[in-house]
Formats: sequence, C-alpha cells, structure tokens
Amino acid sequence: MAIRYEIDRDMCKGCGLCIVVCPKGLLKVDTEHINSKGYQPTMMTDVSQCIGCGNCGVMCPDGAIRIEKD
Amino acid sequence: MARVLMKGNEAVAEAALRAGADAYYGYPITPQSEIAEYMSREMPLRGRSFLQTESEVATINMVWGAGAAGARVITSSSGPGISLMQEGISYMCAGRVPGVIVDMMRLGPGPGNLQGAQDDYITCVKGGGNGTYKVICLAPATLQEAIQLVSDAFDLADKYTNPVIFLADGMIGQMMEAVDFDLLKTNPPPEKPWALRGRHGGPKKVISAMARGHVNYYAANWENEQSRYPAMEKEVRYEASNLEDAELVFVAYGSSARMAKYAAGKLRGEGVRVGLIRPITLWPFPHAAFDQIGPRCKAVIVPELTIIGQMIEDVQISAAGRWPVFHVGNQQTRPMNPSDVVKAAHEVLGGAK
Amino acid sequence: MAIICKRSSALNPMQFSYCPGCGHGIITRIVAECLEEMDLIDIAIGVAPVGCSSNIRMFYNVDMLSSMHGRACANATGIKRFHPDAFVFTYQGDGDFGAIGTAESVHAAHRGEKISTIVVNNSVYGMTGGQMAPTTLPGQKTTTSPYGRDVETCGAPLRFAELIAPIEGAKFVARVSIDTPAHVREAKRAVKRAFQCQIEGKGYSMVEFLSTCPTNWGLAPQEAMEWMRENMMPYFKMGIIKDF
Repeated sequence: MAIRYEIDRDMCKGCGLCIVVCPKGLLKVDTEHINSKGYQPTMMTDVSQCIGCGNCGVMCPDGAIRIEKD
Repeated sequence: MARVLMKGNEAVAEAALRAGADAYYGYPITPQSEIAEYMSREMPLRGRSFLQTESEVATINMVWGAGAAGARVITSSSGPGISLMQEGISYMCAGRVPGVIVDMMRLGPGPGNLQGAQDDYITCVKGGGNGTYKVICLAPATLQEAIQLVSDAFDLADKYTNPVIFLADGMIGQMMEAVDFDLLKTNPPPEKPWALRGRHGGPKKVISAMARGHVNYYAANWENEQSRYPAMEKEVRYEASNLEDAELVFVAYGSSARMAKYAAGKLRGEGVRVGLIRPITLWPFPHAAFDQIGPRCKAVIVPELTIIGQMIEDVQISAAGRWPVFHVGNQQTRPMNPSDVVKAAHEVLGGAK
Repeated sequence: MAIICKRSSALNPMQFSYCPGCGHGIITRIVAECLEEMDLIDIAIGVAPVGCSSNIRMFYNVDMLSSMHGRACANATGIKRFHPDAFVFTYQGDGDFGAIGTAESVHAAHRGEKISTIVVNNSVYGMTGGQMAPTTLPGQKTTTSPYGRDVETCGAPLRFAELIAPIEGAKFVARVSIDTPAHVREAKRAVKRAFQCQIEGKGYSMVEFLSTCPTNWGLAPQEAMEWMRENMMPYFKMGIIKDF
C-alpha cells in the first residue's frame, strides 16, 4: 500500500513524542533544519517502511501529522 | 391589570417578566429573596428559565453565560452578594455582555444588617470590580418608577451590550405601593448577531473579556473609554424642581429622595425656598442639573441612608465649590428619618453647621 | 484513498500555544476529533478556562466563551439552559475545576446539568509557573511546596473523579490518560461516551485526564509521560468510574 505521510514542519515543535511511539522507528529530529518558530521539527526517514498505524498522529500534541493510504 | 397593591420586590420581578426576561439566576439574601421566590413561581408558568444557584459567584457566572448566549437575563442580590459579583460585572463590561443586576441595598460593610440603606453607591456606581468600566445605574424612588426602570434596564443593557445595575434599597424592596402595569412600556430585544448559539454553518464567534474584534486590551479599552461609555452619557435622567429661586437644594435618590420631598414640603410651609435634584441615573450622574440652581442658593444638603455619605462625593464634584455641601444620614443608633432631614436643614440655614 | 490521520476540522489552522510535548495539545486535539466525528461542530459551544488552555477559545472552530477562573461549569449552565439543543462543553485545568471552581463544578454535577466537562490534571498550576495544585502528589516539589507537598498541612491530593462520581446528577465519570497511543485511543472513546451522555440528555458528564506539564516539572516531554505513569497513575486510578 502507498502511504502519503506529511508533517507540517511549522506546526511541529519537535517534542519527540511521535518518535518514541513509531513501531518501526522511522521518525527522527531533523537536525538540519529549524522552522519558523525556532524548533527542529521531526521528519519521516523512510515512508516506504511506514505501516500506517497512525500512532504518531495519535500522540502528536500539535495535530501536525497527516497520513493517507491508498 | 389596573392598579394593584404590590410589594416592591415582586413588582420588580413582574416587570422583568413583562420586559421579556428569559432567565433569572439568584441566591437568597435579605431583603430581596422575594424576587427569587416570585421568579421561581412565575417563570416555569411563562416558559422562562429559573435557577436558584449555589452562590452569588455562580450566579453572576450564569449571567455571563446566558447573556453571552443572547438571553435577556436578570439577577438580584444585596450588598454581600453584590460584592461577590464584582468580578462578573467587570467581565461583563470587558466582554460587552448585557444583563440586569438588581441590588436591593442593605447596611454594610460586611454582612451588615438587614435594614434598608444606601451603602452600595460607591460599589455599584464607581465600580467595585477591577479595571476601568462604567455601568448605567438606575435608581427608582417609587414602585411605579421602579417597574419602568426594570424594563428600561433591559433595553439599555441590550442597546449598549453592557450590564445595567438597578439600585434600590430594602425599603423599596419591602414596601407595598400601588402599581399600574398597564402603564409599563416594554420593548422587544434587538437582534444579537454576536451571541453564542452554535455556528450553524456560519463563522465561529468568541465572547471573552477581550471584546469582539479587538486585538489587544489597549484597543478594546480605548474604544470603551473613548467612545462607548461617553455614548452612554446621553442616557442621564433626573428629576429637578424649584431650583431657580432655591435657598437650599436637596440632592437625594431612592428612599432618601422620598424623605427629602417630605422635608422640602415641611420647609416650604415654613417659608423656606427648597429645591430638589433627584438623580434617576446615578451613572451617568446629572452634573448638568446643578447649573440650573439659581443665585439665591446658600447650601446643598445630601440626605443619604449612610453615615458619612457616598453620593455626596459626586455632589461635591457637581457643586464645584459653588455652594457648601452637607450630609445628613443615619444616626448613631438608627437609620435616618424625615425629621433628621428637616433638622439638618434648620441647622444649615441657621448657620450652626 | 483513506485518511488514517489528519488535523481535525474542529480546530482552526493555527499553532497551539502550548509548550512542546504538553499533554494539553493531545487533549485539545482529542476533544476536537470527537466534536468532528460526532457531528457536533455546528451546534457546539465551548467554555474555555483560565490557565494554559485559555487559548482554546481561539483554537476550536466552534462558538467559544471565556470563563472567569473556575466558573466554566456555571457559565455552561447559563448557556445550556438557554440553548438546550446546543452541545455545551467545558475544558478546565485542575485548579480551575477543583480549587477555585469546586463549588461550581460540584453543583453542576449536583443539578445534573447536561454539559460535558474535560478536566486536565497535571498536578501543577502551569500557566502561573508551577505552583501546587489540589492534585499535586505527596512529596512533589512545586514552586509553592519547595520541600515537597506535606500532607499534614496541605492535605492529600484531591481525586476529582471520585469526588464527582457519587453525585446522583453525574451520569458519566471517567479518568483516562494520554501517555501511550493505546491510552489516547481509550481516552477518545471515553470522551465520546461522555458526549453521548449529553446528547441523550442523561445528565452531567466528566472525563478527567491525567496529563503532563513538561515545562514546570522540568522534564522532557517523553520523560514527563514516564513520570506521570510512574507517579500519578498509582494514585489516580484510571477507568470508567460511572456509566449511564
């Protein structure tokens, strides 16, 4: 199945709660970038591995994650 | 309905119902519990919402909620309960939420005693809550006037989306007088597009202490203090008589005004020229009425059911040094009575004070 | 194309003002999702508290009233009794609901007001900088209990759900948490049940959330979740305490 995975980089505050709950360990802090608020947002490293469990979105305190599945 | 003999509290409640009160929230406190009792009997019969609350704090918060939801809402209390409502009144001014608050004053401070007094003028008129705000304050002297002022209170509250205080005292609340409800003029409420009722497909609305549309407190307060409150000043009302040739002018409101009228009658019988200014709105205060006082005036006396006087400060502002201003009020062991007012006039005119 | 996860349409497209990793963010989101999924957006009127979540008046895409501190249940009473067909909810912190607002909260339950209350218990006063709350744990250090909460002088923490549940007018009372995805999903089910209680006109409904305050606890977001799990959960029992 094809997963479309999106983190709104300006909504994300880099809190890391999603990183902890990803069963595949696919999320990490994007240390290369700072968003408009000065946070280092979280990024998806390999969406082909994503199983679309939605745990990340369920935990996100900022509603920054959007996941769609074909 | 023609003229009926009614108790003040009940007349006020009936007037509110006829003016379209949707909701009453209140807590028992002497000398106004009959308002809550009357509402508890009548409101269910007329399809309105009555609730006896757990405290006056809860009361004013239900008024905030119902007023924000677009209701014509009224509450009533006395001094100690009005103290508890101060934060709510402050919020209603900040948030521009209408409501009618009836204060049947009793003696204060603290729990005071149950007798009628005029001890809440400063609290209600000057604002006992935090921040700078103005509230139109209506003060009846008779029950016929009281029922009209209740109706007017709803209209003014809705017109300016601001709380209005109806300030009377325990004597007015407890006395029985003839009232004619056929003479009562009421108006339906205006449209309230700002009221919270659910989006129903439209844009969301917010009611908060940061008044609608403003981005910061300074802007909201600027609008309040530079335009909204000045606009309310045209609602000033007062009764004035015999000022042009007066040697002595009484300035009094509510029950004190009734005593002042009695005293004026007595003094005129003695040949003294007595004038009267009876504020009906305590805010806006009828400063302009004082310009009608003629050149013969020697003194202004302010009868108030207090010991050192509260409205007297506003009278001193109005007098602006033109005449000496004297207080007469409650005595060492009892409230003021009409003879005290006559005696004070004699003392002032005799130069004894 | 199926949507597995999205930002609720009951939320305005604006960033929450909460600290990174704050439990309020998850809870505010859960409530929004329930409003959307139960088709309540058009008839909802919410009452925002005083505290970190006072800004929900801006976040929610529904009619919102700001309350005086602690009085949301009284405000909601005034609204619901005038608009009985509206869906009226309050969202309050631990001080708002159970310190300054205790009388209004208890009496709304007592009268069986058909409103739904979300209480966010994070054992501190967040907005004002981390002072002791009624739910601060024994020995927990806060800015006004610098030696740790002393049960002898300050009392033991107040358990809100157990305070409200015995009241007859309260028809649904639950305590949930947000420390794991499973608990978040369970919490959402409890909130929907609470909302259903209002929709069916049964009486007062309340969901107490165990939440975190990373900033005032001085912990990173995930550490705060662990602290909550290890310290708050043993004291505040989770579950549906009363159902209708």
